[in-house]
Amino acid sequence: MLLTKEQQAILDGEKGETLAKVMKTLVMYGEAFEAEKLVPITSSYNHLVTSFGLKVMSPVYDLMQTLLDAGVASGQKFSVDPRPIDKNVPANLLQNLVFNKFMYTKQSFYEDQLEKLGLLNKNAFTCTCYMDEVGNRPKKGDVLSWAESSAVVYANSVLGARCNRNSGILDIMGSIVGYVPYFGLLTDEGRKATWVVRIATTKKPEAQLLGSAIGMKVMEDVPYVIGLDQWIGTELDDAACSYLKDFGAATASNGAVGLYHIDNLTPEAKELGQSLIVEGAKEYVIDDAELERVKANYPVIWKKPDAKAKLCFVGCPHLSLQQLKDWTVNIEAALQANGRKKITVPTVLTAAPTVLEAFGKTEYAARLQAIGVITSYICPLMYMNNPLCKKMPVITSSNKLRTYTSARYYTDAEILSTITGGSAK
Amino acid sequence: MKQFKGRVITPGEVTAEAVVTHEGFNTLASLQMALQFGDKEVKCGDQNNKELHGKPLIGKALCLPQTIGSTTGGLVLYCACAMGKNPACLLFSEHIDSLAAAGAVLADVWVDGVTMPVVDCLGEESLAYVKDGMTVTVKADGTVEVE
Repeated sequence: MLLTKEQQAILDGEKGETLAKVMKTLVMYGEAFEAEKLVPITSSYNHLVTSFGLKVMSPVYDLMQTLLDAGVASGQKFSVDPRPIDKNVPANLLQNLVFNKFMYTKQSFYEDQLEKLGLLNKNAFTCTCYMDEVGNRPKKGDVLSWAESSAVVYANSVLGARCNRNSGILDIMGSIVGYVPYFGLLTDEGRKATWVVRIATTKKPEAQLLGSAIGMKVMEDVPYVIGLDQWIGTELDDAACSYLKDFGAATASNGAVGLYHIDNLTPEAKELGQSLIVEGAKEYVIDDAELERVKANYPVIWKKPDAKAKLCFVGCPHLSLQQLKDWTVNIEAALQANGRKKITVPTVLTAAPTVLEAFGKTEYAARLQAIGVITSYICPLMYMNNPLCKKMPVITSSNKLRTYTSARYYTDAEILSTITGGSAK
Repeated sequence: MKQFKGRVITPGEVTAEAVVTHEGFNTLASLQMALQFGDKEVKCGDQNNKELHGKPLIGKALCLPQTIGSTTGGLVLYCACAMGKNPACLLFSEHIDSLAAAGAVLADVWVDGVTMPVVDCLGEESLAYVKDGMTVTVKADGTVEVE
């Protein structure tokens, strides 16, 4: 890799041993991808994936402390993934004990480290940092050092920023030195599509199911999706962005997609059209039967597969303000249709702290509370990341949550029916 | 015995028993619960990976196409190495992905006393040939012997 004089000096230890190791990490990382250079990060802010003070992650906090002790800080302020615990979310005595006394004992210590390293503010804990209410929204063409798979795929695909699927720790190392290796999704070539996905469904495909199918098929490749615009339109309005947020999160967690193009909709597809597709690209046709096949193939790991759900999570990734309003209206309508006043399964809708703050100022907040729904800034994945939850029948419309936990996936409509006492499971 | 030649990502020499997945290896889903709750064998926790689910991973030669899933993947791998609960080596049939590369590099640069050779680009044939339980020897130049 060709380094500038300044980069080489850091690597040679002229700014200290710790910074030299940070630079060595980035150089070795880049060399694994034949990167020829490091390029400057141009976004205003970074976004980190590691938000949780899990005792088992002690090596991460030790490394962060090494950075702090060496006087190293992030050159950019950053947002970070959601907090793992929130007293608003139902938990029994044993769960609370496990969360507070065993699992997340490092939470306040780690949050203190994050503040010292450059945390944007105490509310900057969300996986959807790009929401207007949060304010970490890169511009088209910005070079990022982000991690968090759902945020990276959104930034690349919907916002047109340029970011590789960086791992946690690598994310902050980029903004410590101010550079990232130039390879993959940072390059024009790496942003070309090697798969063509044709949507042939008879109705609007469920975002998280479609994303799952595509992720499992293309793994880390770039798909160019044709035919989705007939269902979600050709403008990146609020509804389309929410759809793509959920779709992208599923492509990234069920596979390893870091960028997708939607014909006639996402910025590069609008600009460059099907010239983004490489010659000899593979093809995948998705119809109703294929989506059904994918859904039917998800393993059910509940002890009793026919158990009644005890908890429902909606909002992984975190919901937008409009999605919170839509869920409120939809739950109210379903309850009315089912002749009920309150939900029948404890349900938690999750969103960024500042989105929840904005939601709290609307008339919808009181209406949602009145029908028994809880809102939280929590990361559902971190909540469920323990053996106690494995025994608990939790349902979700998040394909990411399904992938990493024992939560069982249902479509939004199925979830709506279940939590309002309707006929669906 | 068959020999395959790959590209060295992080160097080292080791002989270990193979565990094989032909699907993407989801690092977070596979390792998080085992590391967190002290599973000494580090059994794979990824319910979606039918080939690996429930199989011990510590000290094994993990043969895989690529890793997939959350971007915590690299730091989870790094933690596994720092805790001495890592596979003996990672052998990729395809080009390594960004998360696995990050984990391998972080372990190599920041963890003292841990060697986890990582070799990629071994080719599809390597993954078609190697089976669970076979003995795999990794050499410093990226040569991998399977018997």
